[in-house]
Amino acid sequence: MSLGPHLLLAFLEGTVSAFVLALTALGLSLVFGVMRIVNVAHGEFFMLGAVLAYGFSSLVPGLPALGFLLALILSPLVVGAIAWGADRLVLSRLNYNPEATIVATIGMLYIIQQLVLTFYGPDAHPVQPPINFRILFPWFGYSGYKLVVVAAAAALLLLTWYLLMRTHIGLVMRATQLDRETALNFGIPVARVYSMIFALGAMLAAVAGVLIVPIQQAHYLMGLDPLLLSFITVIIGGLGSLRGTLIAAFVIGLSDGMISVFFSGTLSKIIATLLVALVLVFRPAGLFAQSAR
Amino acid sequence: MSGQVLPRPAMSGADRRPISLHVGVLALLFGLQFVLPAYDHTNMARIMILASYAMGYNLLLGYTGLMSLGHAMFFAAGLYGAGLAAYYLGFDPLSAFLAGTIAGVGLSVAVGLVALRTGGVSFMIVTLMFAQACFLLTLYFNEITQGDQGIVLDLSAWSWDLGGEEGPLGLISPPIRYNLALLLFTLCLLAIFFLMRSRIGRVLIAIRENEPRVTMLGYHSFRYKLGALTLSGTMSAAAGATYALLFSYVGSTFAGIQYSILPLLWVLLGGQGTILGPLLGTALMFYLVDISSEYTSSYMLIVGVALVLLVLWFPKGILGSLRQRWLPWLP
Repeated sequence: MSLGPHLLLAFLEGTVSAFVLALTALGLSLVFGVMRIVNVAHGEFFMLGAVLAYGFSSLVPGLPALGFLLALILSPLVVGAIAWGADRLVLSRLNYNPEATIVATIGMLYIIQQLVLTFYGPDAHPVQPPINFRILFPWFGYSGYKLVVVAAAAALLLLTWYLLMRTHIGLVMRATQLDRETALNFGIPVARVYSMIFALGAMLAAVAGVLIVPIQQAHYLMGLDPLLLSFITVIIGGLGSLRGTLIAAFVIGLSDGMISVFFSGTLSKIIATLLVALVLVFRPAGLFAQSAR
Repeated sequence: MSGQVLPRPAMSGADRRPISLHVGVLALLFGLQFVLPAYDHTNMARIMILASYAMGYNLLLGYTGLMSLGHAMFFAAGLYGAGLAAYYLGFDPLSAFLAGTIAGVGLSVAVGLVALRTGGVSFMIVTLMFAQACFLLTLYFNEITQGDQGIVLDLSAWSWDLGGEEGPLGLISPPIRYNLALLLFTLCLLAIFFLMRSRIGRVLIAIRENEPRVTMLGYHSFRYKLGALTLSGTMSAAAGATYALLFSYVGSTFAGIQYSILPLLWVLLGGQGTILGPLLGTALMFYLVDISSEYTSSYMLIVGVALVLLVLWFPKGILGSLRQRWLPWLP
């Protein structure tokens, strides 16, 4: 293959990973923006979504489309319920103290990971894609399912935007983010809003996990990479800035997809990690600073 | 953090209880080696090294109030500094130990200069990222470090004739191993003990309690924090170097995020800001995991549950709660 088709392939791969990353990172960013806490267990919600998708889709063998649809609806709901419970039982009792919350979510990370290891096992399991067609370019065939992922992720991002910007509940969430005390004074049930946000963030990660599972198999350790990438995205985009997060997700997703086609290896990860740490130290408002709140 | 009982100033000198307690604990550790069965003998040597690591961590978390999520990089700097020097350059154990410790000094100064520009949650994430980069580096230089597989060191050439009946004792023979681990632990304990009785120690505690006020009083708090981080990283590296030499193994597992979380857990369990808390937490957690691993392989579940329960209901840890209730003199 010459350079042109290679670039096209890289662009397609990059688009897919950008949309999935946007969903995952948006969840993390939302939780940080409104609740001012860092959820280290975010990647585990992604993993839970994928693993549950395997569970739900194997309930209806022989009908991959139906099984996938079932997973797409039920997995995020289950993960959302778990996150809600975790918020009520643990995080709210810590008064969302930032440092205690990080320790607690590290604990949750280990708990979720080990429970999945115990009940699901150490092996990776594939999930059949709901549709099976290949788009035939002159140079290579490309999985049609990946384009479905892009479409679904775009729809979900729009839905989240609509929820936050055009509904009453979104208004309440934004009010809580702007000023917790005043929101409380106006009778907004801040505690319930926090639980809702935490569940919503987890559901976004879970739905990304469901979407990715026909491409990447479900495995109990698969949460680490999305966690680190989401961290990177949220930091580059500016902590708590949703728009920054989305821009950063596309920049990073595209370049990550491109890089993984042309280069591979640990070195790019090392450089990325170090750069992100430096961004956090020297440009804490993110690289696109003026859009940050 | 407010409302925590601070140890009394050192100048009174009348209170001999802290000194007697620590001398007693050290004597107990020395005596234990004659009664422990072989299995626990090895465990105890390991616990003392890991407790030295935890004490280094506690210096930063418990006394200075900075929570790092990346201390594994310092432990690994010592581990690799010592292990690689011994393996490739044929350093003798003492020089290898020094090489590892110096690597720790360099790394902690460099990390401190950058990471200490932040605080709170950002500091946690920045240290986490740096540690992750260091972990990836150990994988990247696979040809030198052997990555996950690690290197087994052969240190059998180093032995000393102490006049015992069994002939010369090797570096990794149980008595030598135990006592060298005890030596490291003693040095770290003494360092922390006297540091916390000194003026510097009290400035560090003041930074934990109220940093702006310390700055207002004219202290250069950045320098104190850098000093604390460097000493903390150096202690962790010394523990890592000792671990590499006494257990003859160097591997990237020790640079992984898990080894950044474990000292946090040990210190939280034993009591942050207490001198003996790290030892107590390390020993308890070690045996908890050891006993439970007979029944289940997923011991990380216990680590996770312990972390959540500790922050929820027991944030002061065992010795911290004891101090608050009954033993206000406990350092």
